[in-house]
Amino acid sequence: MGVAKYIKDERGAIKEVTYQSGITVKPVYGPEDLKKAGFGYDKDLGSPGEYPFTRSLHPQSYRSRAWTTRQYTGFGTPEETNERFKLMIANGQNGLNVAFDLPTQMGYDSDHPLAEGEVGRVGMAIDSLKDFETAFAGIPLDRIGSGLTINAVATIMMAMYQAMAENFGYSKEQISTTPQNDILKEMIGRGAWIFPVEHGVRLVGDSIEYAVKELPKSNPVSICGYHIRESGATPAQEIAYAFEIAKAYIDNVVQRGIKPEEFVGRFSFNFNVYGNLWEQIAKFRAARKLWAKMLKNEYGVTEKKKLFLRGLFGGGGSGLTKEQPENNIMRGAYYALGATLSGAQTIALCSFDEAYTIPTPRSALLSLRTLEMLMDEVGLRDTVDPLAGSYFIETITLEMEDKILEEMKEVEDLGGMVKCISNGLIQRKVSSQAYEYEKGLQSGEYRKVGITPGKTDKKTETTDVELHEYNEAWAEKSKANLKELRLTRNDRDVTESLKALEKAARTNKNVMPYLVKCCHAYATVGEMAGVFRETFGEWNEPEFY
Amino acid sequence: METTNKIRVLIAKPGLDGHDKGAKIVALALRDAGMEVIYSGLHQTLDQIMQTATEESVDIIGLSIMSGAHLPISEKLIGMMKEQGLDEIRLTVGGVIPHQDIPKLKKMGVAEVFPGGTSFEDIITGMNNLFE
Repeated sequence: MGVAKYIKDERGAIKEVTYQSGITVKPVYGPEDLKKAGFGYDKDLGSPGEYPFTRSLHPQSYRSRAWTTRQYTGFGTPEETNERFKLMIANGQNGLNVAFDLPTQMGYDSDHPLAEGEVGRVGMAIDSLKDFETAFAGIPLDRIGSGLTINAVATIMMAMYQAMAENFGYSKEQISTTPQNDILKEMIGRGAWIFPVEHGVRLVGDSIEYAVKELPKSNPVSICGYHIRESGATPAQEIAYAFEIAKAYIDNVVQRGIKPEEFVGRFSFNFNVYGNLWEQIAKFRAARKLWAKMLKNEYGVTEKKKLFLRGLFGGGGSGLTKEQPENNIMRGAYYALGATLSGAQTIALCSFDEAYTIPTPRSALLSLRTLEMLMDEVGLRDTVDPLAGSYFIETITLEMEDKILEEMKEVEDLGGMVKCISNGLIQRKVSSQAYEYEKGLQSGEYRKVGITPGKTDKKTETTDVELHEYNEAWAEKSKANLKELRLTRNDRDVTESLKALEKAARTNKNVMPYLVKCCHAYATVGEMAGVFRETFGEWNEPEFY
Repeated sequence: METTNKIRVLIAKPGLDGHDKGAKIVALALRDAGMEVIYSGLHQTLDQIMQTATEESVDIIGLSIMSGAHLPISEKLIGMMKEQGLDEIRLTVGGVIPHQDIPKLKKMGVAEVFPGGTSFEDIITGMNNLFE
């Protein structure tokens, strides 16, 4: 049953429940459990909007403002992405969450041999500032913030976003962008890394430093426990590893003489909603509290707002099944319920067809509607942190806190996150857990509705899922645009800006202002990433077993 | 091939996609089933995959593709295998593969297709059956 371990007696009654994070659940909770756990209202919860923010970041939470909805969008050409952006905004979405194709994510232009067959496939293809100008045309950039799902070349995309906004007449102070920019999690899961670990971390540091000084409304890094969880981590590890990654970035920026107080308020997080409902709720509440405590106690951060664990709780990809895809609509709704019961600030839901394909407008709208139902029909905005005080929820929230701290200690005892990723330790651990979980799923130890243990269900043809077709013409169009660009841009500006970038990269100067200049000169993503490839080299993945 | 010999499998991630959980857990399952498993690592070009397959004299190349580019990638690799006289090696493909693409892949010469959700048992049996 579920993602937790259930032991039943011969009559089918549940005898034992153990969550993935290692928390054992009792059949009944009462006041004695809170007493035993040493629970204290002021110490462990505090009023909503007050330290340690277990209950909520804001005193009125969804009463004052519903969560932000930010579905993941972007495919094909910048023109098509622009149309989809406008559709989502017209349907009430108030932030963008931009997907890039793999060549862009890996720093290759559309005409690079390695880009073949991939241009525009899983996100939009961006070669130069021209493409950004097309994709964001007519979007009110002072009002709509953009999450950019980009990591290895996040510095380049951040610079490009600024250059694009400037060309549209906005100042860099007005715009708000949140590049994902979490390279360490790419090395654990998702795999869109390019440069060796230390250079990857340095680029993250550059972007944070630059945002602190130049982009007051932008959030330079979004740390993703999400993908770590998808790769096989438990919920407690998801939070623990994300916090250890955050520490690695904080340390890099602190070395530049900037105080944590000046920049940690710009961090945001991306966490997964997949799993046992109660465990997720405990996870989010414990995470908000631990983050605030860590910043206060270890980094001396004092200003209230800078202690907020802000972020997107969403997705849930691992929970979706290819079999009976319509079931994923209901799954998504329950995941969203978990996120809203936990006080999520921003939510994006996987669409029901995402186990197969890029969501169609129909499935993307279903996800938006699911969230609207919770907001406007079901009553999730009625009161702040409705589960507070539950004997069960408060007990497991405290237990979750301990589990997260244990996982963090393990990483720190082994030399910290940079080391644990460089030597492959975390990747091996997470992969072997994923393997054990998959075996459990196949043996029936864990259950997903619609899946018969040990059977590949060949009959469940999914005729109802409309596939998002890949269009060869996208690549042709991108290549033609690129050719045209190379003929029309000012070559001297390009060469000079790239040369200056190379020097900055080599001499440990912050690369951001140099990238902005390259973008304005219409240097391509491949050219800028190429400079980094030359200067930093590429990462060699450690063996995974 | 003789049954006493272990089947040698190269689990390979072609192209730019980095979603490697499936590839890794299948590699672990095949290893536990007694096969010799080589994992290519991420971001491999087809040339690199061919080279590893030759150096390691594998019996099977198992491609893991999540990006949707399984048709062009498989077609190209099969062409290269033929060209280099390596068409003895069996090619299998796993990942996000829509059902309607399975016949197309088989027609190209892919020996087995294991879409996401295929059980370890079916993958192991499917691979063993290629040598019966």
